[in-house]
Amino acid sequence: MKADPKGVLTGIHFIDGDQAACEGALAAGCRFAAGYPITPSTEVVERFAGRVPLVGGVFIQLEDELASSIAIQGAAWAGKKVMTVTSGPGLSLMMEHVGFAAFTETPCVFVDVQRGGPSTGLPTAPAQADMMQVRWGSHGDYPMIALSPNSPQECFDLMIEAFNLAEEYRVPVFFMMDEVVGHMIERVEIPEASEIEVTERKWTDKKGKDYLPYEADESLVPAMTKAGDGHRIHITGLTHDERGYPVMNASTQDKLLKRLLGKIEINRDKLVDIREDGVEGADVVVVSFGITSRVAGAAVEMARANGVKVGHLRMIITWPFPSKRIKELAQTVKAFIVPELNMGQMVIEVERAVVSDAEVISIPHAGGTVHEPEVILEKIMEAAR
Amino acid sequence: MSANPDVVMGVEVENPVMPYLRQDRLPHIWCPGCGIGTTVNCFARALTECGLDLDQTAIVSGIGCTGRVAGYLDLDSFHTTHGRAIPFATGLKVGNPDLKVVVYSGDGDLTAIGGNHFVHAARRNMDLLCICVNNFTYGMTGGQCTPTSPVGAKQTTMPYGNFEHPFNLPHLADACGAVYVARWTVYHVKQLTRAMKEGLNKKGFAFIEVLSPCPTLYSRRNRLGDGVDQVKYYKERSKINNDVDTKDLSLEFQGDITVGKFVDRERETWLDAMNNRFTSVIGDKYEPYGVTNGEK
Amino acid sequence: MTDNAPKKKEKKAKGTVFVRKEICKGCSYCIDFCPPRCLDFSPDFNAKGYHYPILSPPEGCTGCGLCGLYCPDFAIYGVKFKDVEKLKQDAADAA
Repeated sequence: MKADPKGVLTGIHFIDGDQAACEGALAAGCRFAAGYPITPSTEVVERFAGRVPLVGGVFIQLEDELASSIAIQGAAWAGKKVMTVTSGPGLSLMMEHVGFAAFTETPCVFVDVQRGGPSTGLPTAPAQADMMQVRWGSHGDYPMIALSPNSPQECFDLMIEAFNLAEEYRVPVFFMMDEVVGHMIERVEIPEASEIEVTERKWTDKKGKDYLPYEADESLVPAMTKAGDGHRIHITGLTHDERGYPVMNASTQDKLLKRLLGKIEINRDKLVDIREDGVEGADVVVVSFGITSRVAGAAVEMARANGVKVGHLRMIITWPFPSKRIKELAQTVKAFIVPELNMGQMVIEVERAVVSDAEVISIPHAGGTVHEPEVILEKIMEAAR
Repeated sequence: MSANPDVVMGVEVENPVMPYLRQDRLPHIWCPGCGIGTTVNCFARALTECGLDLDQTAIVSGIGCTGRVAGYLDLDSFHTTHGRAIPFATGLKVGNPDLKVVVYSGDGDLTAIGGNHFVHAARRNMDLLCICVNNFTYGMTGGQCTPTSPVGAKQTTMPYGNFEHPFNLPHLADACGAVYVARWTVYHVKQLTRAMKEGLNKKGFAFIEVLSPCPTLYSRRNRLGDGVDQVKYYKERSKINNDVDTKDLSLEFQGDITVGKFVDRERETWLDAMNNRFTSVIGDKYEPYGVTNGEK
Repeated sequence: MTDNAPKKKEKKAKGTVFVRKEICKGCSYCIDFCPPRCLDFSPDFNAKGYHYPILSPPEGCTGCGLCGLYCPDFAIYGVKFKDVEKLKQDAADAA
């Protein structure tokens, strides 16, 4: 279906990534956000608080991130498209509710404007060091999706995709911005509502007790309902059967977890979203995501000017990880170079895909600023030798 | 009606609580002599009497013994995470203001791990009925000290008796701005039913504390007998006083208990305050949120 | 009681109770808080080993239903005969 024009601020704007992310959420149909102030993410909810009364939704600033990350799930079960917005320390507090969202299959978007960590770290400076936390940070195994925008325009465009994916798969979706992308001001073009495709929640057409909240077809994604629709549902964070009732035994756990993880697994090829630039026949491929992809792009251009056959693979969707494509490329590529604003997180996934088929070179960075392109260039030149 | 209905004088009759329960989940998990089931009876009667559309009534629990209440009630029911029933309920209520949302949880869940949410929901006057079954202990985890455990009470984590000053929950709720505050015990089933009915029909943050025995842990460890012995204690030592200042409602170990309805006042709810503010500042461009069918 | 004992005025029950003995946990709330004190533990016990309540004596029951309000296990409830009579009348009127 098309976006509700009420939420779409069509036109050319000169805004930062945080504001663009807010506009993306409104365009996607987000009508409930809860949050707690935290640098460098706060501008997202500040804009939302100003805009949403005129769009027909609600923002509530809650007492902490624990409350924010569960209040959005209450609102999702009231029928709303929802998000919460935070940064590292807040994300750490939200982790339990990431698991609740995944286990209860509550569609929601967690926006993480990453800053240097651990702990309070560098509140006003960038990092990409929450990449493994969002994947593994909540206890237990759980399905999730993460997107990594690298510009204000992508903060708008990909935010719509984030909401669409949350609705389609009923999983928590992480929008992995960083301080630079969040505060960088660029041209953002917001199209007409009629040009924006939004995914509506898969509502059940069953009535009353005929509806089982966790009965799924071959898509593995159950149809949803909302409180007040007369289904008298029970939703629990305990291991549950198709009725949603707690059933705490190994076979129910096994069946449920396999279905939940299967939602992503069977759609992995469809979900993977990468941008490739000259990777076919390249000797060296730089694998990047988020803000680092812009620096890496510059380094790749410089290396090419030096005559190196270097490709650039940029992940738009970071989770699920594009293992299959990287494994394919490893058969012909000499080396992969992985610059990232952390001490070596996504490089582990590259290594897992490559095994021993090619060299994998990490370019870690503790955060606080972005890489110098020359540092990446140097590694490309070394690897190409 | 069940497959083998009870028949008297040729007429089929049924336990009045049954239509409100997920009968396929019985028997419940609560111990013999636990009072939580008694509070559920009262709540079911209150649902009968309150006149609300039960399809538009949702219940939210946290974690713990009382946290299991949501799972037994045949309403839209949410068994959430530990301490977070109130913020989940806040999202549910604000997400769809036509719903009547009830939070039903225990003293540990609502006032320890969830204490911050409790004070803020009362401060905001979020339109929720909050029922706290206070058994002075963490039952599900084996009898640890909670913020309501009386001084001197033995708990597994207070083996020499609790030495921490406990919360006076009605005073806390009152001070934070709750519009309805009552305390009853599971002995006071009729009064509790009435309070729950009033709470269901109250607009704003309504709080009911219900003292309830935990015979397996609290009573056993403190040598207080069975569940029924605690209910007899409630009967003997409770005094009804609706006019008492809530600051005088502290509880002492096996001491006198003041019960009653202590607060019943009107105050703008969070949603009304938001709508009124936006209407006055933004004017006609603002379409009040969630008032199409009136806030329940 | 012997045959030549003085006869008390015959007391007639105004109601009765129904017990789902299989889910009773024997807590005795109903027995201890029955206003006319007409419930007692059964000599028998259920599959879980709990003595469940029985009317004793049955003619004392007023059908007030307080046992049902107290029972934490939803295992007992009371009905007043006059309420049943009314249900019967209503059903007859409807038919």
